[in-house]
Amino acid sequence: MAHFELNTPVPEAQIRALRLCDTISLSGSLFGIRDATQIHLFDRGRETRFDLAGHAVIHTAPNVRRVPRCPEYPAGYAPVCIGTTTSARMERFTRPLLGQYGVRMIIGKGGLLRDSLQAFAELGGVYLAIVGGTAALETTWIEAIEDVDLDDLNPESLWRFRVRDFGPLMVAMDSHGGSLYDQVRDDAAARREAALATMGVHT
Amino acid sequence: MNLYPAAVEEMARALYIRALKQLPDDVKQGIERLRAEEGHAGARRVLDTMIHNIEVAEDTRNLLCQDTGLPIYNVLIGRDVVFDGVDIKDAITTGCRRATHEHPLRSSVVHPLTRLNDHTSTGRRVPVIHFDFDDAPERVRIEMIPKGSGSENGSWLRMCLPAEGVDAIKTFVIDRVLEAGGKVCPPTIVGVGIGGTSDLCMHLAKVAATRPLGSTCADEEGARLEQALGAAVNALGIGPQGLGGDATAFAVHVETAATHITLNPVAVNIQCHSARRASATLTPDGIAFGF
Repeated sequence: MAHFELNTPVPEAQIRALRLCDTISLSGSLFGIRDATQIHLFDRGRETRFDLAGHAVIHTAPNVRRVPRCPEYPAGYAPVCIGTTTSARMERFTRPLLGQYGVRMIIGKGGLLRDSLQAFAELGGVYLAIVGGTAALETTWIEAIEDVDLDDLNPESLWRFRVRDFGPLMVAMDSHGGSLYDQVRDDAAARREAALATMGVHT
Repeated sequence: MNLYPAAVEEMARALYIRALKQLPDDVKQGIERLRAEEGHAGARRVLDTMIHNIEVAEDTRNLLCQDTGLPIYNVLIGRDVVFDGVDIKDAITTGCRRATHEHPLRSSVVHPLTRLNDHTSTGRRVPVIHFDFDDAPERVRIEMIPKGSGSENGSWLRMCLPAEGVDAIKTFVIDRVLEAGGKVCPPTIVGVGIGGTSDLCMHLAKVAATRPLGSTCADEEGARLEQALGAAVNALGIGPQGLGGDATAFAVHVETAATHITLNPVAVNIQCHSARRASATLTPDGIAFGF
């Protein structure tokens, strides 16, 4: 286990060097996406003017306040509370995010599934786990909302945040076929019979 | 005692914001207890982050979680209270909308078919409002629960058969917790509804999931099952955030109802570690806020 402080965008070689349970802190740009963002990008043929190559996306739909544009609030939004949502709902978008947009890191909670794990291995990507439900803390790692695209989808717009020391995040799925979620699930499944037996249920 | 819509609107507005910002004491103590008992170093770090987040939310007066949830209001009305139910429902809805605009809060509510969000945290039949009545003469209690979607997606119903007995209920709960894994933001409160009709069973699971920690099922058989299921769930090793560890659930809560001779329904509804709720009690002396 090692700790890495990464500045975005990140080259593929650095992503390939990451292993399960390494920790990461990110600085630079971070893109917020969610269910509707990806439904519009990949199912409804919309495009974004943002370049996501080498970047990290985070599964989020933030609480924001509309404010006049100024140097502190270049997008006209002030952050209120920004946190991370459950990733598995968005499983089918991992491959196009990496393949079409060159995304290298997906930040979320709860983990992604088998196809994502294969996509990470084939295309060079990782899943970084954040502690879900800790948005008040996460908001303190975000310096500004720099820009926003697909703004009609608010709060599920495509957000560009400027972050500094965002994390620690844990590499929970790497580009070598490793998934902490699979390990935990397999271990838990192996304990299922014993857990049921404590209640007198024998399978 | 008269219950005026203006007072209810103000309570509904304040309760939504309070619930999002301040975790009940029983839940805070629950996280501390799990942290003290946790045997895995990684899981301890996750629980520490959760405890840190509660402190930051209180210090910065920010929301605990970005998910403002589906708003639920449970209204308990004493027998000598005079009110117009339609006005009270409208007042709760208006209070919920005002909280969303005035704070501002993210509206997490959309039309189920068009998926359009009108940024009010309300819509057809939302907020979810439950009315109930009790013996207290001049008292109205409103409980507000912002139910987050990560854990609400951890909801299931199975119409088991009478021949499958209690074993089917136990197996269903264990298998749903396995299926939910880290998606429901563990450690959780696993709410289990047993009996009734399909709709009542699902409702009971929600009541169980949002009950304070430390409370027990009023049905003796249900209370015994809570203990057994609680230990079994935590023997699975799913841990906080599904990353492994002892702290998979704070507790399993069970609620029961009588059922039909040919039914054996079981429902599961999960509450995440940010088990938020807030309440306000209105009496002739004024309003008292709590959990």
